[in-house]
Amino acid sequence: MSGIFSRMSMIFRAKTDQALDKMEDPRQTLDYSYQRQLELLQKVRRGVADVATSRKRVELQGTQLSTQADKLTQQAQKALEMGREDLAREALSRRSGLQQQMTDLQAQHAQLQGEEEKLTRASQRLQAKVDAFRTKKETIKASYSAAEAQTRINEAFSGISEEMGDVGLAITRAEDKTQQMQARAGAIDELLASGALDDPTGTAKDDITLELEQLSSSSDVENELSRMKASLGAGPAQSTPAITGSPAGAAQPAPDAGTGYQAPRVYPEGQPQPNAGDLR
Amino acid sequence: MIVRILNEGQWQLADDALSDLNRLDDAVEDAVRTDDEAELSSALEALLAEVRAKGTQVPDEEIADSDLILPGADSTLDDIRELLSTSTEGLIPN
Repeated sequence: MSGIFSRMSMIFRAKTDQALDKMEDPRQTLDYSYQRQLELLQKVRRGVADVATSRKRVELQGTQLSTQADKLTQQAQKALEMGREDLAREALSRRSGLQQQMTDLQAQHAQLQGEEEKLTRASQRLQAKVDAFRTKKETIKASYSAAEAQTRINEAFSGISEEMGDVGLAITRAEDKTQQMQARAGAIDELLASGALDDPTGTAKDDITLELEQLSSSSDVENELSRMKASLGAGPAQSTPAITGSPAGAAQPAPDAGTGYQAPRVYPEGQPQPNAGDLR
Repeated sequence: MIVRILNEGQWQLADDALSDLNRLDDAVEDAVRTDDEAELSSALEALLAEVRAKGTQVPDEEIADSDLILPGADSTLDDIRELLSTSTEGLIPN
């Protein structure tokens, strides 16, 4: 075959011949090669583990992005109920940014899964060949003559070295893919952090949540006020209407009375303090 | 004749399959020369499909060197150029 790919086979062979030429003692060649095979096998196994770790990270990020997207949908819904179309629009536009990322992540996940399968397969193939080589090695060592041993070594060695070249390429490729993925994962982590999604205490809130809470606490205050006025028997004409459905102008942020935080009281020194449960 | 598809394994083929493979190999070579990624992908897939269809897979535990080595199915133009550039170095020892 005159095509470019027959040149590739010649290369693999040229490399094998070069390596063989460096060896003087056939037994040394066998043991050295076997050692290299075992090292490569270790490397493939580590490669499989690395790709699997990256794949799991992509999966985790996918889940986080989808949680974030759901949250933004709920925020948009809530903002609309409160008559704040501008906030709803903001939430939805952020969500569409996330959806683009999710699509990219899915493609990346599929790619990593493909690499993982290929490397797993390569690892099985190499394992079988390394086992076969070990058996062959012992047979060759028992050969009658050095010349006979050399011929059989060349056969075994070129076959295994070709396999090692193939597996070596697969590992390099998987490493490249994993590195590309990690650069991207870092960027997505930053994106997720900006939405304060990962905060386990739930105390850090994004700006849309804060604004929605302010809206809702001010409407709570108005509701409470009108309820009190009603119970005092004031004229119905004077009661303030509930905020829901009122014109946008009515929804002014009020002082945050809903969270119920009280500053701890300071007691004069020497005086016994009341139950510590008072202090939150 | 033994053919290796990189990242997949080896196939044993009858020697008379070579002419068909040569024709498909030419298509791959053309695609590389004309920088045509889509053409490369379809030509490569046709070449590999032919090997898989006409050949019998060499068992994992068999150690044999190949007469021909083909790039994997999802190789890009860049991948192949890189393979060929390493092969040029290898063709001229030292």
